[in-house]
Amino acid sequence: MNAKRFAVGIDLGTTHCAIACVDLEQSSGEEVALKQVPVPQLTAPGTVEEQVLLPSFLYLPHPDEMTQVDMRLAWETEDGGITGSLARRLGTATPIRLVASAKSWLCHPGIDRRAAILPIEAPEDLAQISPLEATTRYLKHLREAWDYQYPEAVLATQEVIVTVPASFDPAARELTAESAKAVGLINIVLLEEPQAALYSWIQGTEGEWRRQVQVGDVILVVDVGGGTTDLSLIAVTEREGNLELYRVAVGDHILLGGDNMDLALAHLVRGKLAQQGKQLDLWQTQALTHGCRAAKEILLSDPTVESMPVVVPGRGSRLIGGTLRGELTRDEVRETLVEGFFPVVDAGARPVARARGALTKLGLPYAQDAAITRHLAAFLGRQMAATADLEGFNPTLPEGATFLHPTAILFNGGVFRASILAERIAGVCNAWLQAEGASPARLLEGADLDLAVARGAAYYGYARTGGGVRIRGGTARSYYVGVESAMPAVPGMEPPIHALCLAPFGMEEGTEAELPPQEFGLVVGEPVRFRFFGSSVRREDTVGSVLEQWSEDELEELEGVEATLPAEDCAPGEVVPVRLQAAVTEVGTLRLDAIPRRGAEHWKVEFDVRGSEKRSND
Amino acid sequence: MAEPKLSFSARLRLAFRVFFRSLSDADFANVVRNVASGEASAIPKTPQGAEAVPMPRLKEATPESALQLLGLLQQGGRLVDFLEEDVSHYSDEEIGAAARVVHEGCRKVIHEHLEIEPVRAEDEGSRITLESGFDASSIRVTGNVMGQPPFIGTLVHRGWQTRNVRLPKLAQGHEVGVLAPAEVEL
Repeated sequence: MNAKRFAVGIDLGTTHCAIACVDLEQSSGEEVALKQVPVPQLTAPGTVEEQVLLPSFLYLPHPDEMTQVDMRLAWETEDGGITGSLARRLGTATPIRLVASAKSWLCHPGIDRRAAILPIEAPEDLAQISPLEATTRYLKHLREAWDYQYPEAVLATQEVIVTVPASFDPAARELTAESAKAVGLINIVLLEEPQAALYSWIQGTEGEWRRQVQVGDVILVVDVGGGTTDLSLIAVTEREGNLELYRVAVGDHILLGGDNMDLALAHLVRGKLAQQGKQLDLWQTQALTHGCRAAKEILLSDPTVESMPVVVPGRGSRLIGGTLRGELTRDEVRETLVEGFFPVVDAGARPVARARGALTKLGLPYAQDAAITRHLAAFLGRQMAATADLEGFNPTLPEGATFLHPTAILFNGGVFRASILAERIAGVCNAWLQAEGASPARLLEGADLDLAVARGAAYYGYARTGGGVRIRGGTARSYYVGVESAMPAVPGMEPPIHALCLAPFGMEEGTEAELPPQEFGLVVGEPVRFRFFGSSVRREDTVGSVLEQWSEDELEELEGVEATLPAEDCAPGEVVPVRLQAAVTEVGTLRLDAIPRRGAEHWKVEFDVRGSEKRSND
Repeated sequence: MAEPKLSFSARLRLAFRVFFRSLSDADFANVVRNVASGEASAIPKTPQGAEAVPMPRLKEATPESALQLLGLLQQGGRLVDFLEEDVSHYSDEEIGAAARVVHEGCRKVIHEHLEIEPVRAEDEGSRITLESGFDASSIRVTGNVMGQPPFIGTLVHRGWQTRNVRLPKLAQGHEVGVLAPAEVEL
């Protein structure tokens, strides 16, 4: 019973979750017994249905709102919330009790991610929950759904891979691992979503991938989910005659996804209806968004359809009298989606940053520039040197190149069911390549747009047990703590800060960085906070490197880290010299330890997830 | 007909499940008591001889799954709203707009829960031949029905059949008679 029977991939998405598994006993080599695991969930009061996707929504009902019988699942639950399809549906009529986009809140640097703040607009009598707790609840539902279907092989005893955006910062990764631990999944491994999508493609080719890529290829993965856009570059190298895949760069966290696009269309139609004097309430706007999504997919895939009616039923039982009829034309969809989110820009374009209004309400930090092509241009431009020092890779960038040239593109995410959007990105990218004399990038096709991440994660779990190719690359950033320089203070000026490198680029799971020579004096019993930075471009820095200055593009300030030496072994108030050491755990999270010069103790340095921004509505 | 014998480990698990559920669920405990004391016929007896119990010639259709499907069609496609509305004083355009809601929604519900396919794959209007022994429950012959098969005729309607029905599971005690609850906005 101890041997792991399944490798289980869990896609913990912003808007949907999914599980897939590989039966390890029935798989060998390229023969992979992979299947999707349905998730039983409430689809209506008292009604439980198996669905492939679990919508990432949690509804916290009023005690009088629904009978216990109608909330019953096939297994015992004690926490009284509703997860999945029914939660999403109830939330359209009662948004104040709906927790949504918990994942975006989990990586929101401005808030305390352990604080009970969701739902944001909750009424006073509702016990709010934290972004961490919400994530835990989704994972709990998935675990219970698995255990119900595989009582002989409960999830906690299997090889479990949980996916996270490539752009998640160390704190958000740690919180994800923590929520897995909270539902009894101790030995999970984290995997970046774009990598999972590529694994799914590899698995789908049944070994043919070795013929479809070659040494020197740079694969661009464009993953546009419901709520986020995630970019990664994976290079194909060679070692001892075998092809190897090396993830060389990941993009910034871009809070922009398919939901924003559907909402943009709904606003357009709502505006047209308003011109006819028809006002929509919130419930109708939601219905309109669903209608627009369906109409969009038809308009963008069938060239013979010029316009699609979008009908919004009234809420009352009078269906005919209460139905509003709007219309969406092909030109409007093209204008709003294709030109709005995927405009033709040149390779030198960069996202436009708008100055934030002074009175920002507490909310998610949505991308300020909706143009995904501009974010892509910025990413490729910044990562121009990503393959420069890669072993077994022949740099092929021509003289005068202004961005890293991808040679193949893999799309992921339901947004790309509208194939015109994928074609647009490929077209824009190929125009950039052509302008610099490079050949166009090919498309890697065949992975399922909605389910590839869960499937790829399961396949990766199988690969870890020795069954298939693995993407290498380690951490996609180098990490630094801020050190105040010893310069004489200038009145009225903040002392300049230097960045001390603790973790170099590309640390593999289960490895420790060296100890940097620099020491810090920590006061026993008092928390000491360090500023903390990450860089997705500084590949050459080693442990102990001190940066005195850097450009804004190179280093990004993350949430701070905090060390507290307990007063057990030393006298409170004593100053203990320590060095800070970084390690990447087997799970895939970054770990920082404070190590005193004498003594064998290590103290964990915590990521500060309490949020730096003040709530402006306090 | 005989169910496979349970293994010892399966019986052990079952024993624990019965034990714990009997503690927490009084109804379940009653059933167990009846089985244990031999009152209920839950332990199947092997039929002795050919003791022909007359099969009832007609059976009641259970309303539960019918109501469940109707509830799904209402929830997904507003079917009951549409059918219960008096359409006589609306224009065709207004009815058409509502029909889209019903068509789109009900179609989705049907396709999610049933696998529907035509009985005959041929185009309607084409001539087809029915060999002797054709399935009279899936093909209805009409008009000049006489003589012996093979019959040659025109396919008037392709027919529909369901391959697979996947209705959602219901919570014990859930009231299926409520097709759509009344909604009260506070």
